Amino acid sequence: MYKIVEKKVLSETVKLMKIKALLVAKKAQAGQFIILRIDESGERIPLTIADYDRKQGTITIIFMEVGKTTKQLGTLNVGDSLLNFAGPLGAPSEIKNYGTVVCIGGGVGIAPLYPIVKALKEKGNYVISILGARNESLLMLEKEIKSFSDELYIATDDGSKGQKGFVSDVLQQLIDEKREIGMVMAIGPVIMMKVVSDLTRKYGIKTLVSLNPIMVDGTGMCGGCRVSVGGETKFACVDGPEFDGHLVDFDNLMLRNRRFICEEEESCKLAGV
Amino acid sequence: MTVRKTKHEMPEQKPKDRIKNFKEVPYGYDEKTAIEEAKRCLQCKDRPCVIGCPVEIDIPGFIKHISEGDFDKAVEVLKTKTSLPAVCGRVCPYENQCEGECTLLKIGEPVAIGRLERFLADYEKNKGVKIPKKGKPTGKKVAVVGSGPAGLTCAGDLAKMGHAVTVFEALHAPAGVLMYGIPEFRLPKKIVEAEVDYIKKLGVDIKYDIVVGKTITVDELLHDYDAVFIGTGAGLPRWLNVPGENLDGVYSANEFLTRVNMMKAYKFPEYDTPIKIGKVVATFGAGNVAMDSARTALRLGAEKSYIIYRRSEKEMPARDEEIGHAKEEGVIFKLLTNPKRFIGDDKGLLTQVECIKMKLGEPDDSGRRRPIPIPNSEKKIDIETAIIAIGQSPNPLIPKTVKGLKIGKWGNIDTDEDGRTSIPGIFAGGDIATGAATVILAMGAGKRAARAIDKYVKSKK
Ligand SMILES: Cc1cc2nc3c(=O)[nH]c(=O)nc-3n(C[C@H](O)[C@H](O)[C@H](O)COP(=O)(O)OP(=O)(O)OC[C@H]3O[C@@H](n4cnc5c(N)ncnc54)[C@H](O)[C@@H]3O)c2cc1C
Ligand SMILES: Cc1cc2nc3c(=O)[nH]c(=O)nc-3n(C[C@H](O)[C@H](O)[C@H](O)COP(=O)(O)OP(=O)(O)OC[C@H]3O[C@@H](n4cnc5c(N)ncnc54)[C@H](O)[C@@H]3O)c2cc1C
Ligand code: SF4
Ligand code: SF4
Ligand code: FES
Repeated sequence: MYKIVEKKVLSETVKLMKIKALLVAKKAQAGQFIILRIDESGERIPLTIADYDRKQGTITIIFMEVGKTTKQLGTLNVGDSLLNFAGPLGAPSEIKNYGTVVCIGGGVGIAPLYPIVKALKEKGNYVISILGARNESLLMLEKEIKSFSDELYIATDDGSKGQKGFVSDVLQQLIDEKREIGMVMAIGPVIMMKVVSDLTRKYGIKTLVSLNPIMVDGTGMCGGCRVSVGGETKFACVDGPEFDGHLVDFDNLMLRNRRFICEEEESCKLAGV
Repeated sequence: MTVRKTKHEMPEQKPKDRIKNFKEVPYGYDEKTAIEEAKRCLQCKDRPCVIGCPVEIDIPGFIKHISEGDFDKAVEVLKTKTSLPAVCGRVCPYENQCEGECTLLKIGEPVAIGRLERFLADYEKNKGVKIPKKGKPTGKKVAVVGSGPAGLTCAGDLAKMGHAVTVFEALHAPAGVLMYGIPEFRLPKKIVEAEVDYIKKLGVDIKYDIVVGKTITVDELLHDYDAVFIGTGAGLPRWLNVPGENLDGVYSANEFLTRVNMMKAYKFPEYDTPIKIGKVVATFGAGNVAMDSARTALRLGAEKSYIIYRRSEKEMPARDEEIGHAKEEGVIFKLLTNPKRFIGDDKGLLTQVECIKMKLGEPDDSGRRRPIPIPNSEKKIDIETAIIAIGQSPNPLIPKTVKGLKIGKWGNIDTDEDGRTSIPGIFAGGDIATGAATVILAMGAGKRAARAIDKYVKSKK
């Protein structure tokens, strides 16, 4: 059992939890994730390691309540426990000095971006962060990310904070200003990662994205998480979750992520969440 | 006295009933039938059946006790060689092993060795399993990676020898393929749990959620333990590598079976993990995994469940019993048929598979006749779900993360007969060493490795 030792409500649908998981905390690195199961009848769901504390032996997760499991998770409190918590899974981010990096986080993708921003800054990069969300209330971790960024931009769909528009608009401006960009890291909704990758491809800027396909085991056994990268089939749980954005077949990922939509809705309805 | 030429029938659920539930298909022998069947055995002096068994169970020995009605003695004999008799009695491909060598084959059917084994295991279970005496504690610690049949057997034997054993399992449930792969209707999970419980009662500690290579490395284990056994299985699914294989509706057999068995998707929404199959399901391949998938699809409500296989019936690698059960249940076999591509609608949903007819040519490396496509014989078949069950490769996670470990041609860990790898103190066995094989071979490997590990840790200061 893995105890919840801290809980914060970041917005109406986004929550942060610190979970006691000694072994995972010992090994966790930026870019990796965990798979948890709340109880005996629960589903295994993957969540990014948003932060870790090796001394306290805790892992921070930040999740958006989108379906049965994440909503149920949101109702748990400090002192409650999760039945299963396995990790750290996936390959860590390739953290090195690229010169100037642009880190783009969209929606709940801001959470997994945070440890990467931190690690890239610590490696001596000049970090430009761009955070985007539908509106101000969905923005998170702004302060934390700012403290590790040399520049921070914000874009909201409705203009309630920062620039009105998309994160890709901000990136376009940076490119138009002829800023030297060594690497772009983009994490967020699939469509956002696709738009960013399409943009940087035109300029030949290296771009990494972190993919979120449906997973089951997280050990490379089931192949449910497979994604098409450069025409090859890769398993996101062991080969990823980060891949070269210019090679990813985003359309296929979007379609595969809709696989169980009807069942998930049914599950939520029955659970009354 | 004349010997009855056929095995005693084992009663089972009727096909039309059983395709509506996940309950075990055969009911097993009662005591009377078991004794009668045991009496068929000729007690051959040269014991050909024993030679056919990979773990050399004293078959005439335990059968003799059954024929005398002394089931307790029979269990004792059986258990000196196998720690998972309830499992082997159900899933062992005995027709090619012990029963395949039985002298009675000369006049008819062999002695039903598998069914008798299963009978004994169930008899013991109902009576309450006796926990054998453990050896004196040796003060040695062994780590076992993976809780499949290889790991469990190795762990159980080491514990009996008095070593302190910890098993590290990546998933949240034990027993590997026995839990996530082989379906409930063939191997009830209660039986698997009871076997695991037995191993635990021997003093083995099982830790879940530990992905060795990620959560903890083999090197770290080797530092904290006197030896490490790796039994991580052949978990990597193989693909057909044809266009459209990533469409919505195409599963690997591993994903399909894991969702249904381990995550209990057949009880959705009581259990949270969903599965969706539609009306027509096609399973590609013809081994045990394929039969399990095609039969599972029927139980989930598929109206049509196809097995699509590129060779003929004779080459199908599944156990005869599984093929027979699949046919009885109405699985439709499309043989000498090979998929060329999967076709989806504008939303990316699988709707069809295009197949080509095959004919058999000369034998290939595997000794089976090579299938050759017949030109211009393409045909499209309407399907909503495809399950790819054409084999698994060794799980690459550990081979990739242990420096200096010698790896074989197929990504398997290289070992000698007793499971020694190229690194002293690291042993391996089961599917990770041999590639996808059988439960009994994995068990045998676990047993031999346990003996080698015992020797190794005792020789260490
Ligand atoms: C490597 C990785 C890291 C992730 N990190 C985060 C994170 O840090 N924060 C966060 O909020 N979300 C993250 N996700 C997504 C998160 O796993 C899903 O939102 C969650 O599984 C939904 O479960 P549910 O039961 O609440 O919703 P459901 O009702 O099951 O599904 C809602 C939506 O989530 C998708 N989904 C369902 N099951 C899975 C699954 N097993 N894996 C992935 N997606 C699924 C569905 O396609 C659907 O669109 C990550 C996903 C991956 C693969
Ligand atoms: C659907 C199906 C049906 C089958 N039917 C039959 C049959 O009828 N008869 C028969 O004899 N054989 C059958 N087999 C084959 C048989 O199940 C296998 O040969 C046998 O289970 C192999 O045992 P193992 O212990 O080597 O590995 P597995 O059973 O694969 O167990 C490996 C274990 O290691 C764990 N693991 C993997 N990587 C790690 C890691 N890095 N860290 C920690 N743990 C890890 C896995 O989660 C798993 O629990 C079938 C297989 C399948 C898939
Ligand atoms: S373990 Fe398998 S091969 Fe050996 S006697 Fe039992 S059924 Fe036969
Ligand atoms: S070969 Fe057949 S008949 Fe002979 S001892 Fe073995 S089981 Fe009995
Ligand atoms: S989640 Fe099963 S292989 Fe990646």
